[in-house]
Amino acid sequence: MILGYSGKFLEVSLSTESIQEITIDDDVLRDYVGGRGLAAKILWDKLGAKWETIDPLGPENILLFLTGPLTGFFPGGRTCVSGKSPQSNGIVGSTVGGEFGVELRCSGYDGIILYGKAKRPCYLFVKDSDVELRDASHVWGKDAKQTVKILTKECRELLKRRFPQYGEFKEPAILYIGPAGENKVLTAVVAAKWTHAAGYGGYGAVMGSKGLKAIAVKGTGPLPQVADIGKVKRLIQKVCDNAYEDELWRRWGTGAAGYEVGAKTSSEPVRNWQDEWHDERSFGVDKFEDRVWIKQFWGDFGCPTCCLKIAMVKTGQFKGAITDNPDYELQAYLGTNLGLFTPEENVFLSALIDDLGLCGIQTGNVLGFAAELFQRGIFTKEDLDGIELNWGDANAFAALVRKIAFREGIGDMLAQGTYRAALKISEAKKVDVLQYVVQSKGISIGAHGIRSGKDYPHIISYACSVQGGDHTSTAALPLNGPGSELWGIFNDSAVYCFFNSFGLKRKVRFDFYKAVTGLELTPEEWCSSKALRILQLQRAMLLLGGPDLKWNPKIHDDNPPRFYEPLPSGPYKGKTTQKAMVQKYKRRYYKEAGWDKNGIPESENLRKLGLEDVDKALKRIRQ
Amino acid sequence: MAKEKGPIWIARVLSRCSGCRKCEIACSLSHEKRIWPEASRIRVFMLVPGVEFPHFCAQCEDYPCVQACPVKALSVSQRTGAVLVKSKKCTACGKCVDACPGRIPHIHPTKKHVLICDLCRGNPQCVRVCRQGGWNVLKKVHRTNRAYKLYARKPEETTRDLAVKMYGEKAEELV
Repeated sequence: MILGYSGKFLEVSLSTESIQEITIDDDVLRDYVGGRGLAAKILWDKLGAKWETIDPLGPENILLFLTGPLTGFFPGGRTCVSGKSPQSNGIVGSTVGGEFGVELRCSGYDGIILYGKAKRPCYLFVKDSDVELRDASHVWGKDAKQTVKILTKECRELLKRRFPQYGEFKEPAILYIGPAGENKVLTAVVAAKWTHAAGYGGYGAVMGSKGLKAIAVKGTGPLPQVADIGKVKRLIQKVCDNAYEDELWRRWGTGAAGYEVGAKTSSEPVRNWQDEWHDERSFGVDKFEDRVWIKQFWGDFGCPTCCLKIAMVKTGQFKGAITDNPDYELQAYLGTNLGLFTPEENVFLSALIDDLGLCGIQTGNVLGFAAELFQRGIFTKEDLDGIELNWGDANAFAALVRKIAFREGIGDMLAQGTYRAALKISEAKKVDVLQYVVQSKGISIGAHGIRSGKDYPHIISYACSVQGGDHTSTAALPLNGPGSELWGIFNDSAVYCFFNSFGLKRKVRFDFYKAVTGLELTPEEWCSSKALRILQLQRAMLLLGGPDLKWNPKIHDDNPPRFYEPLPSGPYKGKTTQKAMVQKYKRRYYKEAGWDKNGIPESENLRKLGLEDVDKALKRIRQ
Repeated sequence: MAKEKGPIWIARVLSRCSGCRKCEIACSLSHEKRIWPEASRIRVFMLVPGVEFPHFCAQCEDYPCVQACPVKALSVSQRTGAVLVKSKKCTACGKCVDACPGRIPHIHPTKKHVLICDLCRGNPQCVRVCRQGGWNVLKKVHRTNRAYKLYARKPEETTRDLAVKMYGEKAEELV
């Protein structure tokens, strides 16, 4: 057994209600690490042969909750959720903050592999090696805050009854879905702690399709044995000392960006990306800090940064709304993208999104898209069930959010996410509305534009990523360079919060990996073999796709049409993306990644990585 | 803190807690040589998100846990004022948990004895990491400074109080 792993995984079949422990070969863990990498391997091995026919919302999909060797050790705990994505039809390693991964490892498991579909709503309760499926009919339909409240109480009472002499049990860590996940809304999330979410991928819908409301875990054991505990302690201190130096990052988190990314780098979605610039000081971080933040430092397991803040509206019509920060992404997507520029409106909409179990980024993307169609007269008030979806009207957007979560009226169409909804609307309205869609491979693009050239993503970052619009896993050249997707693969496979690694030398995370596992891993080896293998698996599954949609690299390895329009205002007015440059970089990227001119991984390169079966499967799309 | 002899105490401002749980990590590393949240003598409860707080021995004036122990496994350190557990004597019967007004002690997850904060012989590791982070929830002070009567509270009670402070009337729906 490799050090740094608990050594066991839980396999749960919801259809037959059977639960068993399994182990995964050391060689597999050595190559695929955990989290995203391991998810790619497991999904490929189990579903690869028939990938195109697997309905992501059908019982044959597999839902994964995986930790990595650094989970709990590297400051800032996360958990990776994966499966076949109903958004991209490929896979996303979607991570969520919180203590779930730590509790799971303290229970003796590195992950949970879920099959099938429950006959009635249920939740999984794990207390060390005692694992059971329990009835969830009393929490089905409940929002985030009520679900957390009821299950926290229920599980603690169970523990107290079963272990009366132990003393007080702390709460279990809970991952759950809201009503949106239950209703299989494609932008539904797997969530934790009211506000934390695994958003990209649409795994809330997958969890809902399986009839699983939540997983609650209480582990009373230690984190796994490591290779060198002294070294781990020193590295924790190093990561913390580095984070403590960054005063503004700690004080404001990403919450300063709602103003700065618009005003300074001009790369923030404004009114469905019709603009990327604004200078609205009503949206400055000082407004959030002074008016709505009631807890300035909020963090997950071991976190020295605590970039999260708890916000609550104290006055006015949105009084009582509670959420975190909002962070930059939600400031943008549930703020500027909808023409909203006050903390109160932003907190109100973010809290609603949390409560319903929706992804703020991707639902905000749908809302902005719908509002632009309304602006252009393509959507009428009647189409929107009586809602006048004007920019800046928080109540109108809230009404539409509820319709989406419960799939009522127009909400049912928009619940498919922006891209799929746009295909249907184009057909029904006989107008090409795809030109207003800002996404890549079915995944909404995070709130960092490319037109000004002043933000971190490059012009092929979203076009060539194996996770589409996911802003935490963007592609860049060179493939072993600083912005490469291969580092994102490390973060999501070792499973920790990379927000605590800013400003640290890249070597530190590999030192950390060695101190925990005892295994030598150099950045070079990572880039030239291990990460590349994971990238190819993800690329293969993305291109095989299906059953409802398939991606053609020639067409779909591209930016959304909007990113080729000139920026209409601000310091970078007139700037846009050069199509010829995108094509040029795309060709270079294909070459570096070992893909042929059609964007399909080449036989020779796959075989070099030991992926003969992937090569064979890709014959299905090669001709 | 100036060097003075006599018992100490860890003063706490619970509403400042970020929930980072570095205190749990430091405590378990120090006592167990592992990261082991449930074997930590200080545990951060989060019965309601945002309402995290460290739950650990308050060194009550009358030490009800020590008095309740049927096998004399608990004693009070003359030097620091901490409750010391003689793990070999302790039978993990749980009487001290029931006697504690805050139900603070808990049984070690794998060993047969109770866990109570021992103040790290006067140099509490939880305080060190909390202050390093600048959250300053915890501070080491001299016990003899003032004539406060110390007592412990149950996690539910602390949760309710902090939730009201944070969320006002909304606390009712959330707790």
